[in-house]
Amino acid sequence: MNAPQRSTGAAIEIRKASKRYGAFTALNDIDLHIRPGEFMTLLGPSGSGKTTTLNLIAGFTDISSGALEIGGKSVTGLPSHKRNIGVVFQHYALFPHMTVGKNVAYPLTLRGIKGDDRERRVKRALDMVKMADFAHRYPNELSGGQQQRVALARALVFDPPLLLMDEPLGALDKKLREWLQLEIKRIHRELGTTFVYVTHDQEEALVLSDRIAVFNGGRIEQIGTGRELYDNPATLFVGRFIGESTVLRGASDVSGNDTIMTIGSDRVVAHGRLAGDARPVMLLRPERVALKRAGADVVTGENRLSGTIAEAIYLGSGSKYEVRLNDGTIAVVRSPLGASDFAIGDSVDIAFMPADLILLPDDASADVTLT
Amino acid sequence: MPSFPRILLGLFCLLVAVLLLAPTLVVIPMSFNGNKSLAFPPVGFSWQWYGNFFSNPDWTTSFTNSLIVALIVAVVATVVGTLAAFGVTRAAARTGGLLRALLITPMVVPGVVLAIGIYAVYLDTHLVGTVTGFVLAHTMLAIPFVLIAVQASLEVFDRRLETAASSLGAGRLTVFRTVTLPLILPGILSGALFAFITSFDEIIVALFITSPYLKTLPVQIYSSITRDADPTVAAVGTLLFLATSLIIIAGLLFGMRRGRT
Repeated sequence: MNAPQRSTGAAIEIRKASKRYGAFTALNDIDLHIRPGEFMTLLGPSGSGKTTTLNLIAGFTDISSGALEIGGKSVTGLPSHKRNIGVVFQHYALFPHMTVGKNVAYPLTLRGIKGDDRERRVKRALDMVKMADFAHRYPNELSGGQQQRVALARALVFDPPLLLMDEPLGALDKKLREWLQLEIKRIHRELGTTFVYVTHDQEEALVLSDRIAVFNGGRIEQIGTGRELYDNPATLFVGRFIGESTVLRGASDVSGNDTIMTIGSDRVVAHGRLAGDARPVMLLRPERVALKRAGADVVTGENRLSGTIAEAIYLGSGSKYEVRLNDGTIAVVRSPLGASDFAIGDSVDIAFMPADLILLPDDASADVTLT
Repeated sequence: MPSFPRILLGLFCLLVAVLLLAPTLVVIPMSFNGNKSLAFPPVGFSWQWYGNFFSNPDWTTSFTNSLIVALIVAVVATVVGTLAAFGVTRAAARTGGLLRALLITPMVVPGVVLAIGIYAVYLDTHLVGTVTGFVLAHTMLAIPFVLIAVQASLEVFDRRLETAASSLGAGRLTVFRTVTLPLILPGILSGALFAFITSFDEIIVALFITSPYLKTLPVQIYSSITRDADPTVAAVGTLLFLATSLIIIAGLLFGMRRGRT
């Protein structure tokens, strides 16, 4: 494969950075360290500060306070055209008056690269995104997915040490998005460039990233690998934003090293206890829950909460159920293919082990509808 | 077989077209008149009035004057009007709207009123009968046309392309030259054409600020027709009609070619 040369990715260091627009604080005192060659995703709902962070790195806006270093050098006050960073936009932003080839050659021309050298590098970049046959077409003759591949080639053709992507697949349909995710992952692997990717889609973040920074309300809630965020969320917001979950609330007590929560007439035991005096909530992942007929198949040590099936969804690879528990909480359960079927209205118990509960401090701000 | 209302509609359109075109087309036979009279229908046939236009210094000088003034106006008004369009489009909405209304006044204010004002100022500043005087006055009249044409282009221009170009390494001037300018060029060109025509056929202000030493073509046409009703006027009219038709046809062809790519 004929990819542009492997480059050394740039590290990014953001310290105590804030961005204010008048009275509105878009970004509140964030710290973020991105390693050379890393695929870092900035994940969060709209208005959480992830795109602001990307714009700061790209140089489209200036930070109000704090420090920003790229490749070990402070870039404060450096305009975007001097930063040598590739940027891919959600709306492609290809120049409509230039052919695909001219678009990709544009950053090279600006850098004084001419003739055969330029031709060769344009071809190499277009090969990388499998668009070499389209060099003479105009952008308006291409589909959205093709345009975004050209935009990717244009952003990478000058071998920048850093590539920024702002929801690049947001305007494409699901199948195409999934295929391009794999293409982007492959290109990242081949190049060694640092990728910073903005999305509000947690599944996309999990597919692509080495690490994910979860943004909420202008702050970073947690930075970690997808597995770390899913298995050990630091906050209720992260726990709910990454993957599906059921949140259990109730009066709680501590007994030894266990936390015991009373939900209606039932008691739920979780291993561990929260430091400090925050009110605990329990987070439960759908694949850790077994669905059983009311009172059947009791296993020692398990927690059981009873309820009725409120929704049953057949997914092909299994089924997903929503169970309305006695206190009104909706619990999400995924059952694998071959498990017994339940119908809406059936009386059931959800069963789960104490070790599978995640204990987190309660946080009302995590209850906003996440879409 | 087309229905009766359709035929009626077609006939009506034809009538309107004839009504619009007839005064212009009448000029063509008149320019070949054998006699020195502007009577219609013409009597006889001759090329002499065309000969007169190209040989009589009154006509050639005034034509050259108009051409020079209109060309300078086209350049100056296009540059100033384009810059103004950028300012108006990219200023805050309220400021932009206010500026635009202000800049468009020369189009709205009656020509005679403007002419009186300009004449009064020119008398004091000795600009009557000078190329500078004509250029200044006509530029003022032409700027609104450029502003409107360029602003229409700028409003559909996607500014995110400028951000993209900047991220690829282009400074502000390079962004303008390589991305913004080519994409708003159709608007600028049509603005320039309007500016040229505005100046070239302007008569009201010209009548006030003209002098025996500097006449533009419209002034010459007007004085010729009031003085000796010479068919040379018809010859000039025919030539101008031909020239503008060619420009418009060329513009249409150019537009069609662009539309295809």
